[in-house]
Amino acid sequence: MTSNINNKNAVIVIRDLHKRFGNNHVLDGFNMDLYEGETLVIMGKSGSGKSVMIKCLIGLESHDSGTINIMGMDMDKVNEIELDELRTEVGFLFQGSALYDSMTVRENLEFPLRRHTKKFGEIGDGTPLVMEALHNVGLEHTIDLMPEELSGGMKRRIALARTLILKPKIILYDEPTTGLDPITSKEIVVLMKSIQEKYKTSSIVITHDVDCARFISNRMILLVDGINYAEGTFSELDASEDPKVRAFFKS
Amino acid sequence: MSENKSNISWLNSFLIETGELAYFTGRFFKEVFRRPFEFKEFLKQCYNVGNKSLLLVGITGFIIGLVFTLQSRPKMMELGAESWIPSMVSISIIREIGPIITALICAGKIGSGIGAELGSMRVTEQIDAMEVSGTNPFKYLVVTRIMATTFMIPLLVIMGDVIALFGSFLIENIKGDVSFTLYFNEVFNSLEYSDFTPSTIKTFFFGFAIGLVGCYKGYYTKHGTAGVGVSANSAVVEASIVLFIIDFVAVLIADIFYSV
Repeated sequence: MTSNINNKNAVIVIRDLHKRFGNNHVLDGFNMDLYEGETLVIMGKSGSGKSVMIKCLIGLESHDSGTINIMGMDMDKVNEIELDELRTEVGFLFQGSALYDSMTVRENLEFPLRRHTKKFGEIGDGTPLVMEALHNVGLEHTIDLMPEELSGGMKRRIALARTLILKPKIILYDEPTTGLDPITSKEIVVLMKSIQEKYKTSSIVITHDVDCARFISNRMILLVDGINYAEGTFSELDASEDPKVRAFFKS
Repeated sequence: MSENKSNISWLNSFLIETGELAYFTGRFFKEVFRRPFEFKEFLKQCYNVGNKSLLLVGITGFIIGLVFTLQSRPKMMELGAESWIPSMVSISIIREIGPIITALICAGKIGSGIGAELGSMRVTEQIDAMEVSGTNPFKYLVVTRIMATTFMIPLLVIMGDVIALFGSFLIENIKGDVSFTLYFNEVFNSLEYSDFTPSTIKTFFFGFAIGLVGCYKGYYTKHGTAGVGVSANSAVVEASIVLFIIDFVAVLIADIFYSV
């Protein structure tokens, strides 16, 4: 399954995705393409299925029907080894940072490297790679700190460094600014943008934050009742007369 | 009518949980023999389980030895069987009291600790983060912890037994002027392989059960931070019940093999 726009290849293609929890039909035929180097923002109300969709994408949740294709690989057909290799190409930034709280910042960053010796070689001393990742987020001085010693914003940046350390081609952000003050949110969004420009990654950003979407998105999808209700650039959606789209942008 | 419904619902959830636990156990045996082996994490967990429980098990064992001897001494003297105290105490401790008390203490300390740790990792998405980084969290977190409890609980039990016997000796020495050599000669003369072997074998099962229930409860924690408390609590309760069931079955089996 391939798709392209402006001569760019789609790195993720989702078709007719369904996911149900009991009687709750969370995703009801969701479709999406993510193109190379693009930042796609997905917005929607709480409970609209955004996080479920992104977790189905990376295999943390199973989907009921439909297809997910990542960089030419059908997620229903990949075996365990292929899935592990694919996961080095797809980074995931969790909403709550999800740093391993029994490990220092250095160990948090080295942890994924040690799992992928095929790609990165044996990690005897992972410091140069770790320092590079920390440099990208401006937190080199925190290398020997424990997560409990970091602020919310610092945790989010370290989590981003941990995501970057595997040099992924695609990064999935699950509400990257939730729970942060406006200034720290802005810092994170600027950091995401600079990383996208530096490494030419393709990104999917799940967010409620309209300012974040305005700043970072190349394209947006509004997810309502489990389907892609509206799609376009930020300015196109902002100018929409549709009451559901308007309600979201006013909020 | 509503009572019937509640009984059916209780039975339903019991059967579901038993099925899930059986699946979890099966997954453990599948993963334990597959590469890569997380040896470093296994050693770290052995340290956590063993070293950090030493003091508690030691103190408890010592007090049990003291109290058991103090309580039984007057009655044994009354019966003129004072010289049997070392044999009686050692057989009781080695066969039953040492293993079950140590295992219950470990269920409280280690089982709840594992349940709470994995539970909090689950609700803060750390387990998901491991999975998306290409690590098998079941192998890294669950297999290593179950292996650690399986191998460390027997060692803790043996250490607890020895300390309990030492506590018993102290009372005998203070109250009856019994020497160290005499006391432990009596102990070793009265003990047979049939006292030591079945009780040691069952401690491996105790360790396995404590790790398994703690990991199962923690790994499938739901409902946020409140769920972490529930997981830790139910890990202790369910592990304790499983320990008594294993103990009962072990005694039945030992009785078949060693009864005269």
